[in-house]
Amino acid sequence: MLVFIIRRLMQAVVVMVVMSALVFGGIYLIGNPVAMLISDQASEADRLAVIRDLGLDQPIWQQYLTFVGKALVGDFGKSFRAGEPAMRLIFQHMPATLELAVIAMTIAVLIGVPLGLYAGLRPDSFGARSIMTVSILGFSLPTFWVGLMLIMLFAVALPDWIPGWPRLPSSGRGPTVDVFGLKLSFLTAQGWLHLLLPAMTLALAKGALIIRLTRAATREVLPMDYVKFARAKGLRERRIVGVHVLKNIAIPIATVTGLELGQVIAFAVVTETIFSWPGMGKLLIDSILLLDRPVVVAYLVIIVFFLVLLNLLVDILYSVLDPRVRLDATAR
Amino acid sequence: MTAPTLKLVNLKTHFFTREGVVKSVDGVDFEVKAGEVLGLVGESGSGKSVTGFSILGLIDPPGRIVDGQILYRGEDLTRATPERLRALRGKNIAMVFQDPMMTLNPVLRVDTQMIEAVRAHDDVDDAAARARALAALAQVGIPSPEARLRSYPHQFSGGMRQRVAIAIALLNRPDLIVADEPTTALDVTIQGQILFEMRKLCRDTGTALIWVTHDLAVVAGLADHIAVMYAGRIVEHGPTATILEQPRHPYTRGLIGSVPTRGHRGQALFQIPGMAPSPLRLPPGCAFQPRCDRASDQCATMPDLRDMAPDHHARCWHPVA
Repeated sequence: MLVFIIRRLMQAVVVMVVMSALVFGGIYLIGNPVAMLISDQASEADRLAVIRDLGLDQPIWQQYLTFVGKALVGDFGKSFRAGEPAMRLIFQHMPATLELAVIAMTIAVLIGVPLGLYAGLRPDSFGARSIMTVSILGFSLPTFWVGLMLIMLFAVALPDWIPGWPRLPSSGRGPTVDVFGLKLSFLTAQGWLHLLLPAMTLALAKGALIIRLTRAATREVLPMDYVKFARAKGLRERRIVGVHVLKNIAIPIATVTGLELGQVIAFAVVTETIFSWPGMGKLLIDSILLLDRPVVVAYLVIIVFFLVLLNLLVDILYSVLDPRVRLDATAR
Repeated sequence: MTAPTLKLVNLKTHFFTREGVVKSVDGVDFEVKAGEVLGLVGESGSGKSVTGFSILGLIDPPGRIVDGQILYRGEDLTRATPERLRALRGKNIAMVFQDPMMTLNPVLRVDTQMIEAVRAHDDVDDAAARARALAALAQVGIPSPEARLRSYPHQFSGGMRQRVAIAIALLNRPDLIVADEPTTALDVTIQGQILFEMRKLCRDTGTALIWVTHDLAVVAGLADHIAVMYAGRIVEHGPTATILEQPRHPYTRGLIGSVPTRGHRGQALFQIPGMAPSPLRLPPGCAFQPRCDRASDQCATMPDLRDMAPDHHARCWHPVA
């Protein structure tokens, strides 16, 4: 188990090194950040001074080596724009994104699994057909459009048409509460209202995916001999579905949920932009626009770390859910 | 004469598929008494397994029982409510499946799967249910049952898993067990042990046993009676010794002839010509007629099961002498 975890973390380090080199080179190719940072009126001497300050006068490979050397001791450089350490910027924005992602995935699972289970158990019923039709819309509609429509509906149209209908906030995260230094919204009623629309936007697509996955897994498990044998034992339907079926379909659902959570954390950019959610996604977009290399690189390093961590958690969860899986040194 | 534990009267189970109606079981009658073993023999697609599943009410759509009666101690199970059937399943009528690698739920421990089977029928606490599970495992010859209870199915071999499945079937002391080819997937030595133990269990406890198989050699040493099925009907039925020594139906004779024996060493085995007919396009009359060397025009009408001797019936116009 320990060997397994260490091996995974070493893989993560390799991915981080390769990725940081690629991003470093990529941003260097796109353009010179100095043009964005210094006004046109600045003198040539000022320009050169800024370039030297940022270390941009050195050749790219030397810049990269300097970066790696500092990164090894946890210094990912300062943001060109804000002058603050890149990591601190990211950690400031991270709680908002994590909160949004976790709540969106929780909603997606809480809605997706029961509906998918129902659709899998009664595939020919009207309810199941409706669920499946709507779920196609759920993951094929683009997120930005869904987000805009939700804003139109719940923040504009419904409160206008129906007196007394609560107007849901459509931007920002509202008041936050400090929990161990993390600023969280979901502990206040206002915070919840702010979370609702962006979380629903993300949950719609992910929930639709989980519905379809749960349905497919249920349809696969139901004809298995062990389900029929459970019936032959005279078990009640509730126990057959709630234990025998659910424990087996939990394996693929946990996998996909874990991976999708990583996707939402890393790439909720569109949703965060639409709802002006002050998360990492919005920070990334702003930094890319300004070619703020330290922030972009630091962000991607953090994301790689997160994805590897989530994969690791999914694998550990796997061994809990499926007794046939054992995490030993030979497992990869 | 004791009343039979189970009596099937003209049972018909049909599957309504897109291609047409498959009459998997089309008028089957037999009975099993307490402590008796009935061997239900036939090749793949003869309807023997569907007969077994029909008894437990475990036929999934598009199949359903369309006619006939399943009389368990006089109660017609085709009219029983789902809840009544559930209460009987596993309690009074148990089943053992063909493939031991697939019958046990891979993600649940053996004790979970055994205790739930007890508690589905009896309102006992966990400890009492565990004690019964332990006794059942010991009964089927599982070494160190206490440790094995805490194992997962994948930690058992195929033979051991089938023993566990049999132990689960025995948990609530049923008076009827339907065994659907339970030894087919096992080694011959394990098969022999399990057959011996099942036979002993039925003798000792008075449990009636229906042993579904395609292997005449298996039932030869196990069953009191044999019913041979072909294309959804019983074609011959009688005491084991009579069926094996004086088969009257040409199909039964063919089956017995195709079993390898030491006396036939070096000679070609007998083969029944042709293939089993598609259940969607059964020939009119006797379904075996196209493969039968004794067929005549008369065989275009379906013969009834006729008495060949007391307690020995065959469905044939031209029985083998």
